[in-house]
Amino acid sequence: MTLADLKPGETVRIEAIATADTTVQRLMVLGLVEGAEVTFVRASLGGDPLEFRVFGAAISLRREHARCFEVSPVGASSARDSSFARDSSAARDFVASEARSYQDLS
Amino acid sequence: MSSRPEIAVPLRNVAITRRASAAIAVVGNPNSGKSSLFNRLTGMNQHTANYPGVTVERRVGRAQLGAAVVDLIDLPGTYSLSANSMDEQIAIGVLFGRVLGTPRPDAILAVVDATRLYQSLYLVQQLLDLGRPLAVALTMSDAAQAEGLKIDIERLSHHLGGAAVFPVVATTGRGFEPLRAALAGLAQAAAPRVPAVWPELEHAVRELEPDLGAKGARLQRAEIERLLVEGADEFRAGANLPPLPAEARANVDALRAGLFGAEPALAVEARHRYEWIRFVLRDVQTTGSVVRRQSAALIHSINQPWPATVLFVLSMAIVFQAVFAWATVFMDWIDAGVSGIGAAVAASLPEGAVASFLADGVIAGVGSVIIFLPQILILFLFIIFMEDTGYLARAAFLVDRAMRSIGLSGQSVIPLLSSFACAVPAIMATRVIPDRRDRIATILASPFMTCSARLPVYALLIAAFVPAQSVFIFNLQGLVLFGLYVLGIVGGVATTFLLRRSVLRGKNPPFILALPEFRLPNVRTVIMKLLDRVRIFLRRAGTVIFAVAVVVWALAYFPRSDALEQQRLAAVDAAASTLTGPALDERIAEIDNEAAAAHLEQSWLGRAGQVVAPVFAPLGWDWRISAAVIAGFPAREVVVAVLGTIYAVGDDADEQSLAARLKSATWPDGRLVFTLPMVLGLLVFYAWCLQCAATLAVIRRETNSWRWPVFAWGYMTVLGYTAALLIYQVGSSA
Repeated sequence: MTLADLKPGETVRIEAIATADTTVQRLMVLGLVEGAEVTFVRASLGGDPLEFRVFGAAISLRREHARCFEVSPVGASSARDSSFARDSSAARDFVASEARSYQDLS
Repeated sequence: MSSRPEIAVPLRNVAITRRASAAIAVVGNPNSGKSSLFNRLTGMNQHTANYPGVTVERRVGRAQLGAAVVDLIDLPGTYSLSANSMDEQIAIGVLFGRVLGTPRPDAILAVVDATRLYQSLYLVQQLLDLGRPLAVALTMSDAAQAEGLKIDIERLSHHLGGAAVFPVVATTGRGFEPLRAALAGLAQAAAPRVPAVWPELEHAVRELEPDLGAKGARLQRAEIERLLVEGADEFRAGANLPPLPAEARANVDALRAGLFGAEPALAVEARHRYEWIRFVLRDVQTTGSVVRRQSAALIHSINQPWPATVLFVLSMAIVFQAVFAWATVFMDWIDAGVSGIGAAVAASLPEGAVASFLADGVIAGVGSVIIFLPQILILFLFIIFMEDTGYLARAAFLVDRAMRSIGLSGQSVIPLLSSFACAVPAIMATRVIPDRRDRIATILASPFMTCSARLPVYALLIAAFVPAQSVFIFNLQGLVLFGLYVLGIVGGVATTFLLRRSVLRGKNPPFILALPEFRLPNVRTVIMKLLDRVRIFLRRAGTVIFAVAVVVWALAYFPRSDALEQQRLAAVDAAASTLTGPALDERIAEIDNEAAAAHLEQSWLGRAGQVVAPVFAPLGWDWRISAAVIAGFPAREVVVAVLGTIYAVGDDADEQSLAARLKSATWPDGRLVFTLPMVLGLLVFYAWCLQCAATLAVIRRETNSWRWPVFAWGYMTVLGYTAALLIYQVGSSA
């Protein structure tokens, strides 16, 4: 399933990205990265481009680029509530690594 | 301290103009409320110029912050420090201190939209890597609150290495006092610690630093980061750096291979940075109960494709109504005012070249510029309003698919809409389009759109030759005007379609757009923007239009024939001996107008009209129309005034008298000049011909070559001529 195959209101998590296209890379800079939760809002006139919401920000992109994002469903709650991934162990690891690096630098 | 005689200095003699103690760059994402914040900090104390060699606007303002004076540089909005457009390239160049004439900013004010913390923090992290003092202004904090977002300011500041964070509401000024106080001393403050977002990159930078430092290409740490991510060649080209030494180059390649492997570097960077951002967000941002307001539901339903389209078409209809019905009232006032002043000046001076130069050259020239202001103001007000509510981005989203079928993207809709006011600011607005081919195609489509300068010509010819009868519920005259608008759009669309399949062939431009939330625009910001655009119009277009008006005056005035002048005086004397009172005045006005027409006939302009008349004869034009069209080539709006003079009704005659004269104009053999096929041809010629020196000048500036303005001029002239020829020939033979 890709970002191009969603129904309005559906929220998914990005699992894998075909990164070769430079436009896809720019979308990644705007926050469409692996692990981000994205809600499909609506399609424009004629079904393209598509509007998504990621962490409260609305982004529009074309279907051809949406196909580069492999996704998995996470339920139909609103984007903002669900976009805080709850994998707390990963967060703990990150805190630890961040603390280490602060020491490195100072 | 030794005792020194005190000298009393009167306070008013102390120079108040102080030099700014520091330069602070204001950086943020597009639509982050950066302009409102900048305007509030600097007030009217700002000026706009261009960065040298490019057409990106450079806005600098001076802020009085308590005792300190600080220069604020408003940089173009960007999402990251990797450039996609010319605007972004400049923003990044200024931050690195690599733009000529702009000193490297001493400190940075990062503008962050509190409702879009996720995307904003990407840029903030990259800014922290610059290692300079940095403060964060958290805008839209009221909107965030309304959406139920809670942001822990202290925790956020902690994650940003201790950078101070100030929640503000730029539209109301809430939270500005502490921000101002911090900005006053920001340049002297310590730089925040750099959070360890991506330790591997840090290490690579440190490894490369001595290598680059020793070989003369002294780079800042953040620059080395960009060099590693973007690759040596791309980065060098953007930053105008000399080639890297061979060993450093090999080192860069090795480090890049280690950092990114086979993946695109930007993708790897995005993953690392967003991993950190999600971690920070989990710590600082909590979502409370969102107050689902009715307005939010309303906006959601309006944003659905069909309601949004209907709303868009409706608002366009209102704007066009405003331009045609309401602006004309003001334009008539300006017109009357200018001719009144002109007449007063002419009357107060002895008759001759000087009086004519001042009245018909200078004052009429200024008038021909300011006459556009009402329409330009209305259209810009509309466009700025659309921009600030976020609806312009919506419009781009709606029309993207349709625009793609002609080889453009939704982003071209903004400039193309502006060109219904004037192509000059519209062409400047194409800078937001990243792809060069896409941008040039949009630039070449812009002059086809019916600008406000075409309207006087349309109005005159339609009023004179199209009957005011009803067709269903519409007025036939209105329908013809509407048809001319459609014709302009068709011309522009067909042109881009052809160009994108020939000289500008290339991949379809991509379309990525961050859609801003619907927001009520701030009156202050709207007014500032409006003044800014008007100023730009007056400077870029106004100067050219004025110069053209003066040149056309000279061509129409010289050489002066004494014989004609003697004839006129004799005719006036003869009239005076037989007539008195109002009848005499009327007769003198008539004689003056006839004399003006005779003068024009033997002027350079009149002679030029007679010389080129054979070229335009197949279109059914006599020498008078040819002369008027020639005069209109540098600025199409002078045509009506020239026709007024040629047809001896005076250059500020009302439309009725000129229209009546046009209707009765004949060829020497008695045939009418203004037949329906000829008028329709003339209208189409005006719709498609590029008669505007200001537009050509701005195309030259924006494309940085003479090739495109010359092409556009030649192409559109041939197109207009051919169409007028076909219409006249086919229409006359039928």
